[in-house]
Amino acid sequence: MRLRKRNKVIPGFGLSMGVTISMLSLVVLIPLVSVFINLAGISFADFWKIVTDSQLVAAYKVSLTSAFIAACVNGVFGVLLAWVLTRYEFPGKRILDGFIELPFALPTAVAGIALTTLYSDKGWFGSVFAKIGIKVSYTRIGITIAMIFIGIPFVVRAIQPVLEKLDGSYEEAAEILGASRSRTFFKVIFPEILPAALTGFGLAFARCIGEYGSVVFIAGNIPWKTQIVPLMIMSKLEQFNYTAATSIALVMIVFSFVILFTINIIQSRVAKRAGGK
Amino acid sequence: MKPKAVKKSATKYILIALAVLFIAVMLAVPLATVLVYALRQGWDTFAAAIVDPYAIKALKLTLTAAGTTVVLNTFFGVFASWAITKFRFRGKQILTTLIDIPFAISPVIAGLVFIYVFGRIGWAYPFLQAHDIKIVFAVPGIILATIFVTFPFISRELIPLMQSSGTDEEEAAALMGAGGLRIYRKITFPHVKWGLLYGIILCTARAVGEFGAVSVVSGHLRGKTNTLPLHIEILFSEFHLTASFAVSSILVAMTVVILVLRNIVEYRVKREERSH
Repeated sequence: MRLRKRNKVIPGFGLSMGVTISMLSLVVLIPLVSVFINLAGISFADFWKIVTDSQLVAAYKVSLTSAFIAACVNGVFGVLLAWVLTRYEFPGKRILDGFIELPFALPTAVAGIALTTLYSDKGWFGSVFAKIGIKVSYTRIGITIAMIFIGIPFVVRAIQPVLEKLDGSYEEAAEILGASRSRTFFKVIFPEILPAALTGFGLAFARCIGEYGSVVFIAGNIPWKTQIVPLMIMSKLEQFNYTAATSIALVMIVFSFVILFTINIIQSRVAKRAGGK
Repeated sequence: MKPKAVKKSATKYILIALAVLFIAVMLAVPLATVLVYALRQGWDTFAAAIVDPYAIKALKLTLTAAGTTVVLNTFFGVFASWAITKFRFRGKQILTTLIDIPFAISPVIAGLVFIYVFGRIGWAYPFLQAHDIKIVFAVPGIILATIFVTFPFISRELIPLMQSSGTDEEEAAALMGAGGLRIYRKITFPHVKWGLLYGIILCTARAVGEFGAVSVVSGHLRGKTNTLPLHIEILFSEFHLTASFAVSSILVAMTVVILVLRNIVEYRVKREERSH
């Protein structure tokens, strides 16, 4: 590592770099690498057989479709909530704003048992759905609801700062030129917040796929039907099938890196566009 | 830009109503469920579940694990943000990406990684066995898994703040002969103190509530390696519904305190940003 001369004035480079690299290696890097060393022992054919096992494929489908629907719902309501919180003044606004962060702060196990009870046949919401013949707890609908819960803050918090900084003169111009308010929103404001919304969507999607605590209770874990991918890792571990657990973990890690990479591309494009202005 | 006279329109009220309804149904009602179910069999049952010796032991373990995690991650966050923002070096982008890895990984995998180091199949196992040290399925494993999942929380809050304040003041102080600790205390710290507190609050919240990662490495020994979230899971799966919600209400109380603190601190951070 080469330091530029003028930086050498500030003391503490060696110490802070040493602490950073050693803690990072001990806590994150070495354990993470250990997982993949374990995987090096098996052939690709075996790996492929494990990760395309039909029960696991069913779990991919459950995780991906539920997470996708949840992220879409979060996208729509995230835009709505961010809009309401930045553009309108009304009593109780700060409480509403504080509530957004609840899924980050509430322990996932607590969220999980609360949602399961609420949407079970005897729960407040579940009994209403039961009357019209819809089961929520222990079905994919329940999984999706738990994922919506966990993903709420991502889109709202991604869009809010963009809306706050948005220059009001474009909107005014559009309105003076005779555009209706919905047209102004979709033609002027929406393109501005779209990259932030996509970033939030991607983060929520990634979190929903990896989420365990709040989803596992309401899922009911019926093989082929309501098993999610993190649960499959858990059950392989309980059977001491470490190779299978690692293989599934690798698939999940690759997938979340693809999502993060896509988000990074979107963000750097936005940064370029903002820099060009 | 002058705020335009907002026409009190129906759209505004419909949108506010939709937002409030969504938050009420998706967030407020689940929160209320916890409290209502916790108290539905009366105060005595509620109190009995909370003063249960296993619950108290779980609470103590949760506080120990979260406390250790917050101290170590704060230590890391302060040094890492100093290294990343005050110096130029090659590979900085890679370093920040590596620090953020725990964000991208499922908590179950975060627990799994420690099984491969310290568990029966881990490479460190023979050594641990020879010295009679237990890490996985014991308290150290729980602490390690909690540190892993909350690793980037504090550096992530500090880095943007320290980047925006630049290095000029620190350089001037160093040229005038101030030592590293003195520079940090007198110049850097006042800039970042609210951001640091904000990071500590978020880290505490996540550390107290972590479930997936801890579940993998805990071994679920009641009274020994059960944290509060794991205790809740056991009560719930054994159909002690009221007890599980009573214990949950301890965590809900912590969550509410954390959210209120977060709100106050966020307000201070924003004010600080505006005054710069």
